[in-house]
Amino acid sequence: MSSAKRSNEPIVWFLFGVGGFFAAYFLPIHIILYGLAFPLRLLHDPGYDRTLALLHNPLTRIYLFVLLTFCFFHAAHRMRLTLSDILNMRHLNTILAFLCYGGAIVGTICTIWKLAVVP
Amino acid sequence: MPQYTTYQPKPYRPRMSAYWYLDQWNYLRYAMRESSSFFVAYFAAITLLQIAALDRGPTAYAHFQQLMRCPVVLVLNALALAFILLHAVTWFLLVPRVALRQMLGRPTPNVIASVPNFMVWFGATVIVALFILRVI
Repeated sequence: MSSAKRSNEPIVWFLFGVGGFFAAYFLPIHIILYGLAFPLRLLHDPGYDRTLALLHNPLTRIYLFVLLTFCFFHAAHRMRLTLSDILNMRHLNTILAFLCYGGAIVGTICTIWKLAVVP
Repeated sequence: MPQYTTYQPKPYRPRMSAYWYLDQWNYLRYAMRESSSFFVAYFAAITLLQIAALDRGPTAYAHFQQLMRCPVVLVLNALALAFILLHAVTWFLLVPRVALRQMLGRPTPNVIASVPNFMVWFGATVIVALFILRVI
């Protein structure tokens, strides 16, 4: 029987890959509207009541859960590799992995919690 | 009897500059593309803050809207948009091409590999915008 340790790399690469697509497809329009167009009053902000009504739809909650979870893990994996390779921090790989993936797990738990408690 | 020493020769590794990514435009573009991950995390966290503000009520949501109007946040958001657009374009140009090559075992023209993703991106953007603007 092989005693080779099973790698968790395929899981993190899967989360990274799917998250890459979600971030590319959906994040730009969120930034354009909530990050720039509404604050700069280029477009009319629907306001609290209508935005909350949108969040009441279960499909919106599922969409936000999937989007944020995959984005957190995509960012975590790429941030770990970026810090490791570009900033020459390979010697801190274990700490970086703990901070990045730990941050993604905390982000995911907060997302589930907030989406569950929104009235 | 041969005499062995504990000295182990190490391979020569040239010392790399801490700013190696400034040496060539391709390196800098690679560093910028990878750095988009910080902005992905940033705006995912902003969206999470927005959900939390919606949960806490109209006053908290007004504070969130006020925060988004802060000039520093606006600049960060503009930077985030630029970096995430760079991520999106490079992702759609590269990933489907590699994936199709893996599946089909032969290279696919860039247009065939990438154009469907840009079309899906456009469609997804329009649908999400219509929902956010409460048109549908």
